[in-house]
Amino acid sequence: MSHRVAEPGAASARLGDRAFRGLTLAVGMGLIAVLVVVLWVLAQGGAPALARFGPGFLVGRNWDPVHQSFGALPYVFGTLVTSAIAITLAVPVAVGLAILLNEPVGRAVTAPLASFVDVLAAIPSVVYGLWGLAVLSPAMERHVEPFLRATIGRIPILGRLFSGTPSGGDLFTAGVVLAIMILPIVTAISREVFSVVPRDLREAAKALGATRYETIRMGVLPYARPGIVGATMLGLGRALGETIAVSMVVGGGRSVGASLFAAGSTIPSVIASQFLNAQGIGYHRPALLALALVLVTISLSLAALSRLMVRRTARLLDGGSVEGAAEGPALEVSG
Amino acid sequence: MIASAQTGAAATFGRRRLKDRAFTAFLWACGGVALVPLGVIAYYVVRRGLPALSVAFFTKTPAGPLDPSAGGMVQSFIGSGLIVGMACLISIPLGILTAIYLSEYGRGRIADAIRFVAEILLSTPSIVAGLVVSAVVVTAMRSFSAIAGSLAISLLMWPVITRATEEILRLVPQELREGALALGLPRWKVILRIVIPTAGAGILTAMMLAVARGLGETAPILLTALGSDYVNSSPWRPTDAVPLRIYDYARQPLEALQQVAWGGAITLMVGVLVLSIGARVLSARQERRLR
Repeated sequence: MSHRVAEPGAASARLGDRAFRGLTLAVGMGLIAVLVVVLWVLAQGGAPALARFGPGFLVGRNWDPVHQSFGALPYVFGTLVTSAIAITLAVPVAVGLAILLNEPVGRAVTAPLASFVDVLAAIPSVVYGLWGLAVLSPAMERHVEPFLRATIGRIPILGRLFSGTPSGGDLFTAGVVLAIMILPIVTAISREVFSVVPRDLREAAKALGATRYETIRMGVLPYARPGIVGATMLGLGRALGETIAVSMVVGGGRSVGASLFAAGSTIPSVIASQFLNAQGIGYHRPALLALALVLVTISLSLAALSRLMVRRTARLLDGGSVEGAAEGPALEVSG
Repeated sequence: MIASAQTGAAATFGRRRLKDRAFTAFLWACGGVALVPLGVIAYYVVRRGLPALSVAFFTKTPAGPLDPSAGGMVQSFIGSGLIVGMACLISIPLGILTAIYLSEYGRGRIADAIRFVAEILLSTPSIVAGLVVSAVVVTAMRSFSAIAGSLAISLLMWPVITRATEEILRLVPQELREGALALGLPRWKVILRIVIPTAGAGILTAMMLAVARGLGETAPILLTALGSDYVNSSPWRPTDAVPLRIYDYARQPLEALQQVAWGGAITLMVGVLVLSIGARVLSARQERRLR
């Protein structure tokens, strides 16, 4: 080493190295700083509302900027209900699709299918919204919702969800649009999980004469379960935060009732529709910032948890190949 | 005895096969169900969007309420270009530098933390990016502006570029780095002259994906750039964008305005799909080359 220091230019090369490393590190830390700043701005701005209304902020039903009363229950409710519908509809399809794409058969068909699902992820939110508003909502109002009311609507308890007058612009339609929007991401993460389930488990099951269904049920699904839960949580996190498409089809009401055919609002949709008018003094603006704090905390926590679960599945099954791949090429020659 | 046991086994096997058939059918049904929305959306976007395209659509600003169909949305195209262009200038260097740290230097807790944050920031609700920038930048500048929209979109693009670039940098063969280092080249030069050019097309892919994401975002610019009926090329003034215009017109009762919204949708879709499909093709080719 010592003879290199004596070489002309070695010192400056080392200086350059240190500077460049420092620069990339600083920028990388900047990304963490972004997260901190986002949370800080929302906490700072939302604090007055949280202090003024306390727990009533999340359970109160009355959201009235004119009389400075802010209870966000209808928005929290709408967010949870639309996301729950989306998860219920999307996860079974996504898991089935992921299994199908992971199977060695029918590649000629399944490979393009995978690309089509990826294309679904690229469609902008506002296009989903436009389609939802102009095409899906009327179809829901005229055909799907009356049908559901006449069938499932007659079952005693479950039927209450599908009671009421179909309107098309409601929690149910928003849930359906959300389901389509989160399908690609839930499929992608599920595929990632299935792909790390060791082949030998499948082979062993097959060698015992198991059918494909039995192979998957006994040799694949038990190992993939935490990962599928992780994929679901990521989908849920995305669904909670989706703004534009939902706000175009959810109806803009404030329902907290059992019927899915009622017009509702979600946290993102109410922020989108009210923030521009909430510039004055009072609690309107703090209330919206506090809502955003609640939203971002939940969806980032879900994303974090989901990542941890998927990573753990991968590590358990694969001796840490995901982690290993992430650390592989980093050559430590610094300092 | 033997005969009845055999029929029993046959019945069991029959049931098992039936279950298997049903399951296989379910899997293919999932594939079918997943295709329906894409097909339906594409169909309507083309059918209702194509008739809206005209010379005026691409060259004129919105016409008055008397003859709305004579107007276009040129201000939206220019605005989208301005907002996303500036967002690229901000987020591409930041994203690539972050990725370089993660793939070339990053080890241990700090790198893990940055990687983890980049991953969860991909799930940031887009309205939150707009809200935070609006609360800070728009409030400070006392004006909605294109630059505020760019900042909001940069928040979303940064982690996208970082994740995609890191992945591609990891595909660059380790031997290349070692060889260059052995020749006495300082590490930063190895990265800038060997690693980055080798990964070139892959990094371009990452940028294309991020631009596609940025072009389609509505919520972040709704609260920051606000929108405008006029052509604007100043970063400091309220600015229109294609998704914003679609969002606005889609909810108007006038048929002519809704048609313009569909025209916006088809141009936006084409732009975004060309970018993301192009990125996919490029990156498949790149991965083949590096592996």
